[in-house]
Amino acid sequence: MAASPADLSAALVLSPVPPADWFVVLPPAWCLLAGSVLLMLRKKRRLQPLLAIPALALLVLFDALLFAHVLENGPVTMVMGRWLPPFGIAFTADLTGALFALAGGLVALAGGIYALTDIDGEGRRYGFYPFLLLLMAGVSGAFLTGDIFNLYVWFEVLLIASFGLLVLGSERRQIDGAIKYAFLNLVATTLFLIATGYLYGIFGTLNMADIALKAAAAREWLPLMTLAALYVLAFGMKAAAFPVNFWLPASYHTPRIVVSALFAALLTKVGIYAMMRVMMTLFPLEREELSLLIAAAGAATMILGALGALAQSDLRRLLGYAVISGIGVMLAGVSLGSPGGLGGAIFYALHSMIVMTGLYLAAGVAGRLAGTFDLNGAGGLHQRSALFSGLSLMLFFAVSSLPPFSGFWPKVMVVKAALDIGAWWLAAAILLAGFLTTIAFGRVYLLAYWRPAGAGRPAGDGRIPASAMLPIAAFAALALLFGLLPEPLLAVAQSAARGLIDPAAYIRSVFPGVT
Amino acid sequence: MNSLILRTVAPFLTALMLLFSVFVLLRGHNEPGGGFIGGLIAASALAIYGIANGVSAVRKALWFHPMSISAFGLFLACVAGFLSMAFAVPFMTGLWVYPVVLGVEVALSTVMLFDIGVYLVVVGAIISIALAMEGREGEGP
Amino acid sequence: MTELLFVILIGLFFAAAVYLMLSKFLVRVLLGVVLLGNAVNLLLFTAGRILREVPPIIPAGHDVPVALTANPLPQALILTAIVISFSFFAFLLVLVYRAYQDLGTDDANEMRVAEPENTPGPPTGY
Repeated sequence: MAASPADLSAALVLSPVPPADWFVVLPPAWCLLAGSVLLMLRKKRRLQPLLAIPALALLVLFDALLFAHVLENGPVTMVMGRWLPPFGIAFTADLTGALFALAGGLVALAGGIYALTDIDGEGRRYGFYPFLLLLMAGVSGAFLTGDIFNLYVWFEVLLIASFGLLVLGSERRQIDGAIKYAFLNLVATTLFLIATGYLYGIFGTLNMADIALKAAAAREWLPLMTLAALYVLAFGMKAAAFPVNFWLPASYHTPRIVVSALFAALLTKVGIYAMMRVMMTLFPLEREELSLLIAAAGAATMILGALGALAQSDLRRLLGYAVISGIGVMLAGVSLGSPGGLGGAIFYALHSMIVMTGLYLAAGVAGRLAGTFDLNGAGGLHQRSALFSGLSLMLFFAVSSLPPFSGFWPKVMVVKAALDIGAWWLAAAILLAGFLTTIAFGRVYLLAYWRPAGAGRPAGDGRIPASAMLPIAAFAALALLFGLLPEPLLAVAQSAARGLIDPAAYIRSVFPGVT
Repeated sequence: MNSLILRTVAPFLTALMLLFSVFVLLRGHNEPGGGFIGGLIAASALAIYGIANGVSAVRKALWFHPMSISAFGLFLACVAGFLSMAFAVPFMTGLWVYPVVLGVEVALSTVMLFDIGVYLVVVGAIISIALAMEGREGEGP
Repeated sequence: MTELLFVILIGLFFAAAVYLMLSKFLVRVLLGVVLLGNAVNLLLFTAGRILREVPPIIPAGHDVPVALTANPLPQALILTAIVISFSFFAFLLVLVYRAYQDLGTDDANEMRVAEPENTPGPPTGY
């Protein structure tokens, strides 16, 4: 048989790649590179933060450059190993992915700085910073990939890294929390894999843009509804939506506070992002069919989360329920699917990443100052430091969605979008959840901050380190900034939502020939 | 395990299997083989050594901590991807050079570098899990 | 026909996995998770269509396969999934063992260290 050179020009990228396209792969690839170096230098405790914090700052820079590039030129795609999609794995960043990646980078940088005081030598030896960078590789990869199996792989990367972070220190309660977290999250990613297996069986491709094209072409006779429902279940579990959220309050209060902050900001948001991407880009019609279910789950999530926050006396467990309550608002936005609702959900997700990180870090400082996380015992924080008390109050207002802070505007958008289609009960649930959250956090402020320190109450360490104060102040300032000047971010979030609703630009960036 | 036969044979067997694992790794580009399976063979070679002579002997023989070996593999794999940045081709594109060493043309590529990285990641990860389960001084999960 | 056999087998795997995962004893749950992973691997294999088992290797001197071969992509997916589920299994095994040592039980209902029962609620007055 004669050897015939096959013509591969149709399957390969032949033109040189513009340097700007590199920003799509740089965030995860850079994190892996820096993480591997830090893992090699595990024993060099002093060197770890000196290398990790600049590495995280560079990550933020790459994310910001990617965001600027996407904002100007629309979605960017880079394929791995020169193989054109659908053969090669594509990394595609649109506005939503770039926004989430940028916010994630900021959170990681803040966590890296805060960890200077929160993670002692023991934790550093077990590798906090290497795991943080691997976690960020998983998170950025999940936000930027354009291939659904690759998305699964990044989910697993961030899951493995989060296991490492969760058991940092190996306390008894950490192992208890880790058991529940690990098993339930593993089942969630397995559900994701099951759905992806079916998806591959149906379409024979894993590239999301390709699937979107094929699904739009032959929708009638394909069992897409089953798939969409499976994906909603899998991502709902990752995002801690109501009936499948019990792993979150069982585990989020057990690790070091900075690890809790990173988890609260990043992991559930990855689930929400994946749900947005898959439901909006791949299954838009099925999402409409399922919208009532998602909306009901969202309403239940936000109300029960707020009620859970009201019932807790431990500050860290209270915050875990506040994370859940915020997820409900994002689910409501996803269920609405309109530019207003989805834009509100994206804005709210960014707000939640910033504010929940700030809150967990502030809770860490509060616990250190008061000597306890228990609201029954804490008190006198305002007397200790009026500045810290003020910053905390700003974050409390922001998480309760009160003006003039960042949580207010996205909720307005989602409530308005809900009222526009007549879903008054959804709007009422959002307002009720906000009201309950306000009570919960008002009580925290009253008891732990405003109440004078009693005689029998334990006193903790008196000083607040600058590396703890800096990220809290920065995030409180961001929350105020986006509350006072919401217009630019609002416009960007809405344009990101429009990009999700009509993925033509996304698909064109992967397949330039398709109109 | 306290068996004279195993303890006598283990060093030879380990050496042979390590050699074979490198052969499988280098064969991997055009024939069945590669970094993953090569790494598994190397890890089982070290596991046999560990069963015969104990965990601390393996740690001493490895010199580097297994996690560091894994990390170095990850580093190599990343470098293999980043090299394509200099040539204006997409991430992870295979790049080849053919230097002539002692009159023999040697084909070197970023693909091979990546595969060596995979090999080291697999060896390091599997050995660190095996040692953690086998020995009591394991560092936990 | 082969597909039908595979489908029944996958169904049995899933049923056994779910049954095991419903147990409150962590060792059984762990075994259930392992079975679930294998069920998904079989599912991926079947989803990639069962073709003639010719390995997808291009002979020397050719650029494309000369005959009909098995689909390599599901095998790559399964390999990835096996590696991931293996590493998770290893991690969970160590974790469950540590939990058994530290908490003295492998009954999930009795693991209340992180969420103790009868914790006092927040104070109702100032």
